[in-house]
Parts: sequence; C-alpha cells; structure tokens
Amino acid sequence: MDNNQNDLPHLGLLAEYETPEALLSASEKVRDGGYKRWDTHTPFPVHGIDEAMGIKPTILPWIVLGAGATGTCTALLLQWWSNAVAYPFLISGKPLFSWIPAFPITFELTVLFAGVTTLFAMLGLNRLPQLHHPLFEVKRFARATQDRFFLAIDSADPLFNDSSARALLEGTGASAIEEVPNMGASKTPPMWLLQIAVVLAFASFVPLGVIYSAWENTTDKPAWHFVWDMDFQESYRTGEKVPLFADGMAMRPEIPGTVATGELHQNTEYYAGKTADGSLIGTAPVAVDAALLARGQQRFAIYCTPCHGDAGYGDGIVQRRAQKLISIGGANGWVSPTNITTDAIGGQTDGQIFNSITEGVRTMPAYGSQIPVGDRWAIVLYVRALQRAANATIDDVPAANRGGL
Amino acid sequence: MSSQYDLQILQEIEDPTIRPKLIMGESTTYASLDNDVIGIIEGFTQKTSIVWYLMIGATLSVLTMLGGIVAYLIATGVGIWGNQSPVFWGWPIVNFVFWVGIAHAGTLISAILFLLKQDWRTSINRFAEAMTIFAVCCAGLFPGIHVGRMWVVYWLFPIPNQMEMWPNFRSPLLWDVFAVGTYATISLLFWYMGLIPDLATIRDRATTKLRQGLYAVFSMGWTGSSRHWHRYEKAYLILAGLATPLVLSVHTVVSFDFAVAQLPGWHTTIFPPYFVAGAIFSGFAMVNTLIIPIRSIFKLQHIVTLRHLEVMNKVILATGSMVGYAYAMEFFIAWYSGNPYERFVFENRAFGNYAWAYWTMVSCNVIFPQLFWIKKIRRSVPAMLCVCILVNVGMWFERFVITVSSLSRDFLPGSWNYFKPTVFDYLTFLGSFGLFFTLFLLFVRFLPMIAISEVKGILYKQNHTGH
Repeated sequence: MDNNQNDLPHLGLLAEYETPEALLSASEKVRDGGYKRWDTHTPFPVHGIDEAMGIKPTILPWIVLGAGATGTCTALLLQWWSNAVAYPFLISGKPLFSWIPAFPITFELTVLFAGVTTLFAMLGLNRLPQLHHPLFEVKRFARATQDRFFLAIDSADPLFNDSSARALLEGTGASAIEEVPNMGASKTPPMWLLQIAVVLAFASFVPLGVIYSAWENTTDKPAWHFVWDMDFQESYRTGEKVPLFADGMAMRPEIPGTVATGELHQNTEYYAGKTADGSLIGTAPVAVDAALLARGQQRFAIYCTPCHGDAGYGDGIVQRRAQKLISIGGANGWVSPTNITTDAIGGQTDGQIFNSITEGVRTMPAYGSQIPVGDRWAIVLYVRALQRAANATIDDVPAANRGGL
Repeated sequence: MSSQYDLQILQEIEDPTIRPKLIMGESTTYASLDNDVIGIIEGFTQKTSIVWYLMIGATLSVLTMLGGIVAYLIATGVGIWGNQSPVFWGWPIVNFVFWVGIAHAGTLISAILFLLKQDWRTSINRFAEAMTIFAVCCAGLFPGIHVGRMWVVYWLFPIPNQMEMWPNFRSPLLWDVFAVGTYATISLLFWYMGLIPDLATIRDRATTKLRQGLYAVFSMGWTGSSRHWHRYEKAYLILAGLATPLVLSVHTVVSFDFAVAQLPGWHTTIFPPYFVAGAIFSGFAMVNTLIIPIRSIFKLQHIVTLRHLEVMNKVILATGSMVGYAYAMEFFIAWYSGNPYERFVFENRAFGNYAWAYWTMVSCNVIFPQLFWIKKIRRSVPAMLCVCILVNVGMWFERFVITVSSLSRDFLPGSWNYFKPTVFDYLTFLGSFGLFFTLFLLFVRFLPMIAISEVKGILYKQNHTGH
C-alpha cells in the first residue's frame, strides 16, 4: 500500500464548504456513496455530523471506567498495605484499616486515574500527536481551524476513483475542490535532531545512575550541611562557663528540697543501711531466702570476684596479677584486697558491709551507683554465707551429706 | 468602562421581548472572533506592549522578592513569620485556603456549568480555568514552605524510603495533599485539552515560522477532524463529570483540616458545605475582578458581555448569602450545643480580641454582596468591581478569623496569645500575588483568553435557533 501511495498523483480530494449545513448534506452523500476512508474537518464540533458521517460511538468511556476502577483499587491497596501491614499505624486504638477514613484518598485517586486517562486515551485514539499531516500541504486547509468546513476523501479508499469522487463532491455544492498533493515518502527528521535525541536519551539516565550509585555505595566523607543553624545549634555544654548566671555555670543546680521521681528514699535502713540518726544498722532489713542468696552469689561473681576471689579470700585475678607485678618490681603502692572471711570483716555489722559496698573503702571504689540497692543487700547476705562457709566445722554439714566429703 | 455593547444590553434587558445575545455585534463572524481573540496575541508589538512589559517587570520584581524570602525562610526557619504559640497556623495556612478557594471558580464554570448546559460559560471558562491553575500554584506554595523542613517535603507523598515509613492516611493533611494534587492535575489537563483546538487556530494563522512551530507542537497536529471531535467531546463530557464531584471534594477536604481537629470553632460539621460555598463565592469574585479590566483593555465587551457579568454577580449574591447563613448557623449551633467552650469561642470572635477582623469579614462577605439585589448596582461595572474586590478582601479575612481567632484562644488560658504578623508575613503574601500576576500576564500574552472554538459553536447556535 505504502509503495503504491508514493506513485499516486495525489493523496485524495479536499472539498471546502461555507457552512456546516452544506458540509452535513455533503457528508450524507459521501457516506451513502459507500466511502470508508474519508473525514470532515471543522473549526468547532458540528451538531449532527456523527450521524451524517456514520461515526460509531467511541470506546473511550470504557477505557476511563477501567482506569477509574484501577485508581480505586490502587488507593485502597495503598492505604491498607502501608498503614495496616508494612507500617502499622495505630491511632487512638482504632482499627488499622477502616473504610470511612480511606474514602477521601480513594475518591481522589479514582478521579486522578480516570481524568489523566481521559485526556491521554482521547489523544491516543485520535493518533495524536501527529505533527505532520498531508492536508497541511493544502494552503486553504488552514481555515479548517478558523471559519471553513472541509471534507477530504483519501485516495487509499478501495472505492476511490478520481473522476467519480470529483463528480460526487462537485454535486454537493462545494465552494472549492482541491487535490491533496503527494509529497512523496514522508520526510525523515534531520540527522542532528536524531543525534540530540540519542544524547538526551542517554543523559536522562544520569540522574537515576547518580541516585543508584549513592544508594549502593558508602562514604566516609562528612555529610553536607545545608542548614547550618539547624545542624549546629548554639547551646552550652554541661559544666561550661557561661556569663548568663551569677554562679557562672551552664548547668542549673537543683532547687533545694527537690526530689526526683521515685527517689524519695525515706526508708534509710533499706536505702543507706543506716538508722534515722545516721548509725549503721546491725542486720539486713530484707527477708532472707534461697532465691535472694542465689542472686547475691551471681552479683558477687560479677562485681566482687575480680579482686576478692570466688570464695572471698582476697585472691581474685586482679590481686594475683598485682602480686606477679610486685615480684618483678612493679605495681608500686598496691593495696591488697581484703580477705572478707576473716574475723575483722565477720565482726562487722550488715550495715557496715552494705556501707562499704555503697560508698567504697580505702582503694575499693563505691558501687552504689552501679549496683541497685536490692542487689547490694543480696551481696551482703552472700558475704555472710562465705564467712560461714570459710569458718565451717563438720557439724555444719547436714548428716546426710557428710559421706560425700 | 461602559462600552456600546454594555449600553445596548442595558436597553435590551428592560424589554421582555428581547433576550440579549451571548455573543454580541451584528458583524461578528467566526473570522472576526479569531481576529478579536488571537489578534491580541498577534498584535503584541513593541509599541503597543510597552504597558505589558512594564507590568510584567513589576510582577517579576515581586516574584523575585518572593524567591528571596523563600530562600531566607529555608535558611533560617519559619520563625521569620509571626507563627508563635499557640497560633502555629498563621498566615501561611490563611493564604493557602484563600488561594485554593479562588481556584474553585474555574473548574466550577468549566465542569458544573457545562453539565448544566449553561452556554454563557463559554465566554469566560478559559479565563477562569487559567485563573484556577495560577491560584492553585500560589496555594501549593504555602503548605510547601510552611512545613519547616522543606527539603523533606517529599515525605508528604507515599514514596518508599530508607526509613521504611509511610504517611498517616487517616490525617486530613494527607488527604489535602491528594485532593489539591489531583485538583491541580485535572484542572491543568482540562485547561490544556480545551486549548488544543484554539492553539491549532493560532498555528494556522501564524505568519512567522517560530510561532507556527511552537503552537504546532502544543496543538499536537490538531486538524479539526470530526472523528477527533467526536472523541474530544466525549472526553470533555467525561472530564466535566469527573471534575464536578472533584471541585466539591477539594474544599471539603480543605475544611477537614480544621473540622477534624478538636478545637472549638473548628470542630463543626457545617464546614464542608460552608467552605465550598465560600470558595465559589471568592472564585467568582476574583474572576470578575480580573475580567472587568481585561475585557475593556482588550475590547472583548461583545464576547464577555454585561449579561455574563450580571450572571456572575447573581452567583456571587447566592453564594454570599449561603456564606452569611453559615456564619449565623455557627453562632446558633454554638448556643444550641450548650458547650461552654464553643459558646466562648464565638462570643470571642464577635466581641473579643479579633472583633475588628470578624466585622471586616461580615461586612465584606455578607453586607456588601447584598447590594446585588439592586439591579442598578448589579449591572454597573464600577460598582460590581468594588463589591468583588471587597469580597476578595472579606474572604481572606474569613480564613484569618477561622484560623487565628480559634487558635489564639485555646483550652488553656495560660497559653493564650495575640497573633502578630511580621513584615515577612506581609511580603510572602504580596509575593504570592507576584507569582499569580506573572503567570496571568504570560497567559494574556501567549494564550487565547477566550475558548474560541466553543464560542464559535455558540455563535452558530445563536444564529440558527432564532434566539
């Protein structure tokens, strides 16, 4: 077909009419003449032209319906999946997904999908954009978008015959009839245009490539700071000297009498191992049972054994290392850890031992901030157990277990 | 400002046997319409367009200032505005709602009046649609820049990200993103689709290669084929059908930003219809404000006739009365609810710290539009221009009153405060007008202000149905 078309003297006949009425009656004649490849061109939609030309209803509404339904489903899936599955978004104990709050976005996306599809499907069905058309070669056709009404029969129509088509159009009262010139094979775009297109096509991948490489690679360079006063906010560090306050300190002291939440420790026997008048108490103010002793053993193993040793003889790994160093002339001024099973410690009250753990003694640091108060009492009890074990006699062992010794 | 056509209509309208024509002038033909509308674009020579250059110079300066303020805002933070506890939604939101409201006129005229077969819409629809799109641009600016950290504004959209987080789809603010985004997209497509046949007309009249080539690309090779027109008209009808509920939904969703919150003065069910009526009210007033000078500068009085303006004024009167009803109903419900907080907020609105703003709003939106009951005022161009400008002022104050007066008196009297705008609030708002009028002047310069192919259809109908 295309090869033949290049040889044709012209591509069809174009008739011009002054009024829509003339075009309508001409259209009916061409339609009744049995032509298939023909069209009319008007500056505004002419009422009744669809029947006069025999144009069938377009399928556009069905395409739009499909797009709208896609929009509805997309919106519902997006809202359900993202807020109920991928990133559950619990708000005021409401269900993760429900229909009513999903409605606005569902409606908007339905309209968006349908509306965008309406325009692009209309253009697609009309084969637009098509920047070149053979009719543009006819000078008078410019008036098709202004004030004249045109009818064009394509010479590719199977029924087309130059003389009979011309006779048909002449009989319709056309104000002018022209041949649509055959300009030969459609022009190919110039080479430089193609080159630019290729370069642009490749260039369009550059931003994507940059994003991908940034995503794939790690960097040890510092981040870029676009907003300095947000990234580097002016503020004072704790303990810094500032001119703002009379005492010159950035940190504000507690207001006298302030007690932090949960730290009103009125029970001094439990929290400090002291009575209200400040003297150390005699017995631990806790109920002793096997679970508490086991807890004490475990905590003792963590905090105390490095120096005092597993059994409390003051031979922990730190002490043994220090003795090694002393034997080669190092560790000057080393104070050996106390053997806590001796009478000296065994003679102390529970409150005294608790106080030593809490506040530290000689070179032993204070553990009050590291070991919770309950655990400190558990350790005190375990120390008592170690003292008992170190000074035990055979009578302390239950009769049933003596055989295993 | 009254032309011979206006005077002719004033005579004809008194005679019940004559119905004034939509397109006037005995000698008006298809070709003369092209000359009148496209001639404006073609006729821009250096001599005649000096005023245009001066005007766009001025609006571009204002737009540049806006760019400077936005840069300063991004570098410094939203603290440059008057937004301060408890009024964190200050002018940026007021301006956003103001512009979105104005944006409702275009699609209403194109879509709803199209479905209602109101032929008079064809003379003003292109103009109103353009105004809609430019107003949406201005509206979109404000949520974008008032979020504080603008460089992560893409978090508003459901985009998969490295944090594996998703936006909260129950938030009216997110609905707003979808509603305004959809509205901007559909309005733009609708506008562009209407432009295609007219751009082809400009292409076919072009005398220079550049103009021909440029308009050829944007008209996509439109030939006016009847087979194309068939699908085009179907597409136009579908888009009108889609845009009609859309235009109602957009300001409904904008009103949800307020109504879904618990704040007295915001938490009411009247907001959606009240906001939609207010949006149409302000949009129509803006269309009239702009088209009155334009039709006289470019001599389009026979296409945009006094009858068009009068119909617009009637819509303004109707929607203005609805807005007035809503104001009254808010007070009634506040009293009827028996809720002391609700009652306090409304007493405070009318007689409290923002009473001056409230009464400015009431007089501009309720009292002055009622003047349109009087024929003489409704049909007088200078009078209607004054009323329409007052309506624009009043509708800005409506959003100010709703946003600021409710926030400044919240549940905790200890946090009460009086909102004070800073110089940057004024300049940002002024800058949005720079954006609006720059786009508007470009539109006037490069695109047909009247939907020519539609007006030609009306002209044909008018000449053949014996009006």
